[in-house]
Amino acid sequence: MTTLVYDGTFEGFLSAVFDQYYYKFEAPQVVKEKDFQQNIFAQHHTVVTNAVHSKRVWEGLQKKLSNEATEQLYQTFLSELPGIENTLLQYIQYAFDSTAAIETDYSHAAVLTVQQTAKKVWREKHRMEAFVRFQQTADNLYYAIIEPDYDVLPLIAPHFKTRYQDQLWLIYDSKRQYGIYYDGTAVSQVQMSFSDEAGGTGKNIKAVYDEKEEVYQQLWQLYFKSVNIPARKNTKLHLQHMPARYWKYLPEKKPHP
Amino acid sequence: MNNRVAEKLSILADAAKYDVSCSSSGSKRKNENKGLGNAEGMGICHAYTEDGRCVSLLKILLTNHCIFDCAYCVSRKSNDVKRAAFTVEEVVDLTMSFYRRNYIEGLFLSSGIFSSPDYTMERLVRIAKKLRTEENFNGYIHLKAIPGASDELLKEAGLYADRLSVNIEMPTQESLALLAPDKKQEDVIKPMTYLKNEIIANKEEKTLFKKAPLFAPAGQSTQMVVGATPENDFQILKLSDAFYKGMNLKRVYYSGYVPISNDNRLPAIGTPVPMVRENRLYQADWLMRFYGFGVDELVSVDDPHLDMQIDPKLSWALKNLDQFPVDINKADLDLLKRIPGIGVQSAHKIWEARKFNKLSWDHLKKFNIAANRAKYFIQNKVTDLVQKDYTPQQIKNFILAQSESKYIANHSPQLQLF
Repeated sequence: MTTLVYDGTFEGFLSAVFDQYYYKFEAPQVVKEKDFQQNIFAQHHTVVTNAVHSKRVWEGLQKKLSNEATEQLYQTFLSELPGIENTLLQYIQYAFDSTAAIETDYSHAAVLTVQQTAKKVWREKHRMEAFVRFQQTADNLYYAIIEPDYDVLPLIAPHFKTRYQDQLWLIYDSKRQYGIYYDGTAVSQVQMSFSDEAGGTGKNIKAVYDEKEEVYQQLWQLYFKSVNIPARKNTKLHLQHMPARYWKYLPEKKPHP
Repeated sequence: MNNRVAEKLSILADAAKYDVSCSSSGSKRKNENKGLGNAEGMGICHAYTEDGRCVSLLKILLTNHCIFDCAYCVSRKSNDVKRAAFTVEEVVDLTMSFYRRNYIEGLFLSSGIFSSPDYTMERLVRIAKKLRTEENFNGYIHLKAIPGASDELLKEAGLYADRLSVNIEMPTQESLALLAPDKKQEDVIKPMTYLKNEIIANKEEKTLFKKAPLFAPAGQSTQMVVGATPENDFQILKLSDAFYKGMNLKRVYYSGYVPISNDNRLPAIGTPVPMVRENRLYQADWLMRFYGFGVDELVSVDDPHLDMQIDPKLSWALKNLDQFPVDINKADLDLLKRIPGIGVQSAHKIWEARKFNKLSWDHLKKFNIAANRAKYFIQNKVTDLVQKDYTPQQIKNFILAQSESKYIANHSPQLQLF
């Protein structure tokens, strides 16, 4: 067994795939640097992320598969599930070994796992498009914190960019400690670490946020309360659609003032 | 923004909540000129109420003052409730401010009828126009088409709104006459017909001139109140079918009647909301729209009620056991979709995957189908399943024994789990 250690980026992963085709290791395992545990009895290979190599693998895949299928590979990668790189590698090897597109061969374990994982990631993306709650700061930035199950910021960026073109905004993933920022023209990734104090918990809301922010949050809470029909109460369904782990950043699910 | 707006919001959101439509999908409106919002593609539910309904739009009445006295409506003239009315500016500000915070997909604006239908419709149109032309708002707008409003106003509404709706409310003219003496069914059919023709004309125009303005790109919908009056499921679904086919409606909504009045023409306060029936109607509606079922396959004059214990697809399959078991490696797509426990997506998955390999029951289980139900309807020669000749009643009992109804808690007045 040989462990291929890469830097955790998608480009790095594609470079690992390139290296595997180049060196043809026996029983390859692809592992992120941060998860790698050195074992003196096992061989390992350090992957150097290489833009030319990753591009060649990606373009090769694009020739073999539809856009939907290559998008699924990327989405599956963003799941960050333990060992998912190996599933992706099996899928990619199957794709390169076949003459026809194999993306709908759901009887193949790796193809089915990729399809099902991509779906989970897609659902999380959709949930974040729903559950982002911007708060307006005094200097007119619309700011939101999220803690998504999967690394979906790259997937939601186009949605928010199309939608909010006339306001500055920032969406920050506090689990992964980076954000996406729209400056009025383009979206870029920003690295920062925010203390929870100034952010989503709402403790210091008056200090950081625009004077109207609290009013609109209260109106939204009031609206949310008013549209409920008590005679139809269905807590199970409510929780199924709005799992409690997302409530932290939703003003409508905070205790009423 | 002050307490007065808050009070209005609580009154006018409360009064609008019995309209169950929440959809924000199906439009084609893009964000152009660096404005705010985008209504392309699929809808988004930004929150869910404690009763599990989707909150997608800011759904409010412009006012709950009303000159009509419809017995099933909280805003009826004779009801002693607090009345309120928003100004145009207040609705615009709430919509923009909620949208900027990503609380909503847009605005759903309805209204009680004050003064006259035209007067009311003109106010609704004015708000939509201001949002589109002054605020550069491209989010979703759903406007009520007020029965009796002029064609000119309806036409203008269609230019600013993504979706328009006129509610039929009561499934038959008799029920309408009984409960809403001020309304006639033709008052609803007339604007619906006008909108249908305008939407078709606009589509044709669009194919000729790309720059032609949008006209209600997300189409029109309607709503029926279920359980307030004695109509059966056959009458209700027949009417839905006629709306889908004859009026090109995008959606028919079913609203289980929530008792709100001591009027002896209606179910008494405290009567449970018919949620199971509402759910079965939606399931039947889905079968008609996405599964290729004809309305007559689901209900008939002789068998006018949907089975409340099991879903209408399973119910259909049990009445048509001669079509089963199905060979999943050979059956065409339409038949795959008719297998209980297999949805549209799983059917497509089977359809695609079997081009590579012969599929077994083990493959199918991994596709996340509802195996408990599907296993009685699938031909299986290779695996653990023993195929026997069960009667429909036996199959129904097996399935019921294995599944726990999600409505049990709602049925029992003593047992409140939450």
